[in-house]
Amino acid sequence: MTSVKNTDQNVIEVRGLRNQFGDHVVHDNLDLDVRRGEILGVVGGSGTGKSVLMRSIIGLKRPEEGNVSVFGENFYGADEQTRLGIERRWGVLFQGGALFSSMTVAQNIMAPIREHLHFEGELAKDMAALKISMVGLRAEAGANFPSELSGGMRKRAGLARALALDPELVFLDEPTAGLDPIGAAKFDELIVNLKETLGLTVFMVTHDLDTLHAACDRVAVLAEKRVIACGPLDEVRRTDHPWIQDYFSGPRGRAALAAKAS
Amino acid sequence: MTDSAAHFDIDLNDEGLLRLIARGDWRARFLRPIDSALRDFADDSVGRDIIIDMTGVERLDTAGAMVLQRTFQACQSRTDKSQFVGAEEAHIELLEQIEHHLAPCHVEPQRRNAFLVMTERLGEGVANAWRATLELQSFIGKILASAFSLIFRPSHVRTRATVHHMEAAGLDALPIVGLMSFLIGAVIAFMGARILQLFNAEILTVQLVGISVLREFGVLLAAILVAGRSGSAFTAQIGSMKIREEIDAMRVLGLDPIEVLVLPRVFALIIMLPLLAFCAAMLGLTGGGLVAWLAMDIPPALFVAQMEETIGINNFWVGMIKAPFFAFIIAVIGCFQGMEVGGSAESLGQRTTLSVVQSLFLVIVIDAFFAMFFLEINY
Repeated sequence: MTSVKNTDQNVIEVRGLRNQFGDHVVHDNLDLDVRRGEILGVVGGSGTGKSVLMRSIIGLKRPEEGNVSVFGENFYGADEQTRLGIERRWGVLFQGGALFSSMTVAQNIMAPIREHLHFEGELAKDMAALKISMVGLRAEAGANFPSELSGGMRKRAGLARALALDPELVFLDEPTAGLDPIGAAKFDELIVNLKETLGLTVFMVTHDLDTLHAACDRVAVLAEKRVIACGPLDEVRRTDHPWIQDYFSGPRGRAALAAKAS
Repeated sequence: MTDSAAHFDIDLNDEGLLRLIARGDWRARFLRPIDSALRDFADDSVGRDIIIDMTGVERLDTAGAMVLQRTFQACQSRTDKSQFVGAEEAHIELLEQIEHHLAPCHVEPQRRNAFLVMTERLGEGVANAWRATLELQSFIGKILASAFSLIFRPSHVRTRATVHHMEAAGLDALPIVGLMSFLIGAVIAFMGARILQLFNAEILTVQLVGISVLREFGVLLAAILVAGRSGSAFTAQIGSMKIREEIDAMRVLGLDPIEVLVLPRVFALIIMLPLLAFCAAMLGLTGGGLVAWLAMDIPPALFVAQMEETIGINNFWVGMIKAPFFAFIIAVIGCFQGMEVGGSAESLGQRTTLSVVQSLFLVIVIDAFFAMFFLEINY
């Protein structure tokens, strides 16, 4: 919310997180903080559990051990009511948009509005129109079904739905994956813009080096089952860890840096 | 700061301008009660300049900013006397952000004349049915050609895949097929006994069970269960491969999907369905015999003797000859619908349903043809 100025407060605190599938341990003793009003980019190689981390924060995968607190409440220890309250304060954009395929874009956005705010008729439509316009979709796109949209439009529509209830915290799972470079750059811009105007806190899982440069305030690197580095990009880049060095100093890493500098 | 729900007052200022004084918490959850009042106000005040006093607004989100901007823009005339006053800086920013995003959007595709839509769907349905018939025929042609060419290069027969499908579609179906036909045999015996008792002709139950199970129910039950169980599985397997572009990958690697995917399934069903039908018929007779024994005191020995005496072996052959035809049609429809799956998971579901419906329909149609045929030749 725009009225909150305290930027040092942690919106998400993950402590001692342990996730495993059978014998395969994905996270072990993982700690992570997300501060209010920042865009945190989570990076890591394939299979390091970036998406699993996100899913265990938003309650889709219960961790084997450890605590996740969101907005100062212990998510997995909370009762149903508190949990619902927390869930209403965040929005999630899944990788493919995860739009409901039987509804049009506008109906998708109106779904949470109707369910939680009990808005009917014109007011719900006005809200949907506002969100559609804010994420940069044309008004006509509201009447389209998800199957009629391109990948980029689908992500925008998914973001509009994630923003429907004016969340304070937004989770983005690989928001620019599968977009062409121009679309990806526009999406980065959109996220930064929305964060600034709406005062959002953003937790973003990404592979995209350009996005890290363009959008993220801080970067968390996942490797060896935990967060091995977390901080502003320049600081993280200097960390002496083989994966981080490979990642940021590889040809793509250098290209992204050059693009940022120019 | 006291949190109170959004509310507003209307007032005239010293210069006779309309003043809307907004107070309280203007976040989305508090807007529903005041929205229609705000709308009525805006409708009444079109073209009359307005000053929106936001001094009393404690909290604001995009929804609140949206309704305020909407009211503001509805009232605003061309002079620039309209303005927001007393807003916090953050709220001003939000209002400015929202300003350009108020265009209404489309919610659903436009509806067209229902009669036109209906006739269009009818026409489309007919055209599609015709197209599908042609395509199915060409698919059958391809399968036959491919099968024929295998005669000359037998090493290309996919034995391992065929055996796998024989197990999955045939052997694994045995328990359910057996149980069903056992029960149906028993039911027929019960029903028959009831009625035949009226004529003191309980012994004819043997013929009733024997003929119906051997000629029709054994093979039909096996075919119906296999269509529901394996025909749909074929569609789902091939369809999901289609979605993941595996079929395209096969083509570019020079593998013939018909040879690799379709023929093993067709062969497997053609081999297994007659065996299933045989087991079904035997278990159906067992069920009937058991009922005859327990409920009507016809001992098994008498049951068998009566069968030998009155039921010709031709009834058995009539049942068995149909099995490979049913098998062919079930496998072909299953694979055909799998190949027809488009890009989406939705289409996979539709095709799977269609596969079961079509193969059941065709099985029963073919069965009817066989019945007429055997009637004509008196077999």
